Amino acid sequence: MKPHLTPDQLDAFGAEMDALRRRVLDDLGEDDAAYIRGIVRRQQQLEVLGRALFYLPPAWPLAVAALSASKILENMEIGHNVMHGQYDWMGDPHLNSRIYEWDNVCPGEQWKYSHNYIHHTFTNVLGKDRDIGYGILRMDEDQEWHPYYLGNPVYALLLMVFFEWGVAMHDLEVENIVRGTRTMEDNKALHAGIMRKVRRQALKDYLLFPALTGPLFPLTLVGNATANLVRNVWAFNIIFCGHFPAGAETFSEEECEDESRGHWYYRQVLGSANISGGPLFHVMSGNLSHQIEHHLFPDLPAKRYPEIAPEVREICERYGIEYTTGPLRRQLASVARKICRLALPDRSPKPSGGQEAVRPLAA
Amino acid sequence: MVVLDRLVRSRTAAALTSPHGVDHYLSRINPMWAAHEVRARVVDVRRETDTPGAPVATLTLRPTATWRGHRAGQYVQVGLDLPGSARRMTRCFSISSPASGAGEEIALTVRAHADGQVSKHLVDAAPGLLLHLSQAEGSFTLPVSPATPGIDPLLFITGGSGITPAMSMLRTLLRDGYDGRAGRPVTFLHHARSPEDQIYAAELARIAEDDNDVTVHLRHGDARFSELELRRLAPGFRDTDTWACGPAGMMELVRAAYGDSPRLRLEHFKPPATATGSAEGDLRFARSDRRVANSGASIFEQAEDAGLSPVFGCRMGICFSCTTRKAEGTVRNVLSGAESSLPDEDIQICVSAPAGDCVVDL
Ligand code: FES
Repeated sequence: MKPHLTPDQLDAFGAEMDALRRRVLDDLGEDDAAYIRGIVRRQQQLEVLGRALFYLPPAWPLAVAALSASKILENMEIGHNVMHGQYDWMGDPHLNSRIYEWDNVCPGEQWKYSHNYIHHTFTNVLGKDRDIGYGILRMDEDQEWHPYYLGNPVYALLLMVFFEWGVAMHDLEVENIVRGTRTMEDNKALHAGIMRKVRRQALKDYLLFPALTGPLFPLTLVGNATANLVRNVWAFNIIFCGHFPAGAETFSEEECEDESRGHWYYRQVLGSANISGGPLFHVMSGNLSHQIEHHLFPDLPAKRYPEIAPEVREICERYGIEYTTGPLRRQLASVARKICRLALPDRSPKPSGGQEAVRPLAA
Repeated sequence: MVVLDRLVRSRTAAALTSPHGVDHYLSRINPMWAAHEVRARVVDVRRETDTPGAPVATLTLRPTATWRGHRAGQYVQVGLDLPGSARRMTRCFSISSPASGAGEEIALTVRAHADGQVSKHLVDAAPGLLLHLSQAEGSFTLPVSPATPGIDPLLFITGGSGITPAMSMLRTLLRDGYDGRAGRPVTFLHHARSPEDQIYAAELARIAEDDNDVTVHLRHGDARFSELELRRLAPGFRDTDTWACGPAGMMELVRAAYGDSPRLRLEHFKPPATATGSAEGDLRFARSDRRVANSGASIFEQAEDAGLSPVFGCRMGICFSCTTRKAEGTVRNVLSGAESSLPDEDIQICVSAPAGDCVVDL
């Protein structure tokens, strides 16, 4: 979509965002370090607790709950954020983006490329940001309809259940191989990395830990699989609510050619949506509930997002830039509706150049 | 203990704690428990000199059982969590104690530099401080011991803090029974800023006095070693196995005196550089051995202009794909304007421009 701001206004907007970013950077210190170390400690406690409770069959639901919570924390508030380089300034190798590896079948190295670079740089740019629909779903009217998309809701459900696998396969860009713009050769190197990571994850969750519980092997195995499933469903929902509820916009490649820093910030705000909720909810979502702040400042420690959110919102409102936010229920319903609606061909032919037509249903 | 040790280092433990590794969990229970990483507690701090502005202290460190020991002359990377900022700074220090075995205590002799945050903290450290170490590194080592046959003399030329690796070598020789009877004369030349600034003064005096065929020559202040003096104190020095370590000026002199003699081994230390301005100085790409005049643009652009193709992603400072090690020099972050002069620092080259001379690992 075309910005309603002049280039000068965009520059001023960008300057305000830069100033905000600098202020937070200058303020980083012991509180931030204590926070992330505290989260890691809590996550490890939950993990050990979960693994231990599998020895007590009646406590099975508790074990699964603890392990699920641990995996969610590890993937979202720790893994995702650490791998964004949010804590590189601490100089702690355990919290360094180049070294950290998360508890997930997708190798961190590959995820960093597709996520930190492709997705965060080309946020919601059709044809560039492969996180739009993950190459499987139709998430925008500008993606041309095809009978294949009749299965949109089913694909979404499958992607949700197997989300970590979807993320791992994501980098193979299968849709581009089908399209012929990518060769199997290009994927050779990636395959090895993915298989190595898959083997390690499977060995741990589906063989070693179950085996350690002896006769309880099947229970533990199912428990570990459930924890992975819970994490998948949760992560999928948070992430899809962050970009695709009504209100979040997509852009074309031409609009983003030679864009200014201000326009980039502008695009990040419009391409993202927040989810409102309490402090625990924010932590469990890895603060991706502050998707807008995260997209503006992907390398600032996530715990700062709630702090700066009121100011970001105020700045956006001053420039008349829509700041999309809403409770989880509403954003989820909005995303679900969109997935279903886009399974069908568009009802009215799109008027060319009309901005209103690309606006999704009002939420 | 041994069983436990085996256990935490086993492949099973690694598989169970994948992808984070055993140490990720162990270190949170007790920082001195480790399966692979090395940490150490400072157990003793002794002042060597009280030179105003640049005092020197020797720290005795008790490492975790994972320390594999060191050869005399090697250095170790020391990571210190700077109190108040939560930033871990990592610097290299030569080990001054004699060669160590696995898990054995070591000593570092550290001079507090005016703008060296780590060194200042270490000199004023209290016992109990926790440090993060690497294994011993470096090839500036002593390949001979008293048991090595041969009568080739040994020569050490050091200045200032450069004495530490040579001291480790000398101490190792003496500890292992070197007494000069086998006829391998050792000459030890050292220059310090002043007699008050002389590190290990008492120990060196004792070594010089003992009947051990070690000759010690100390010079202070303006009395610097010249090539002429070198010829007098160590005749035939060009054909003598020599270890030299000291400030840049001294190293230049030594290098010139030795010509292309293969007997000379040098160890440099890197003091933090000072910024000289925006588009001055040279930008050197160490790995590809290329040098360009700094244009003031980002290091990334300058590397591309020089025909290199560094890895990149966003080119706007958000994805960290382009992170590269800066060996020395000052860089300015073009987004925040912050300047940084730390040696061996990881920087995002797409948003870093050199301020003065700069060396990056590209
Ligand atoms: S290329 Fe993305 S941070 Fe430099």
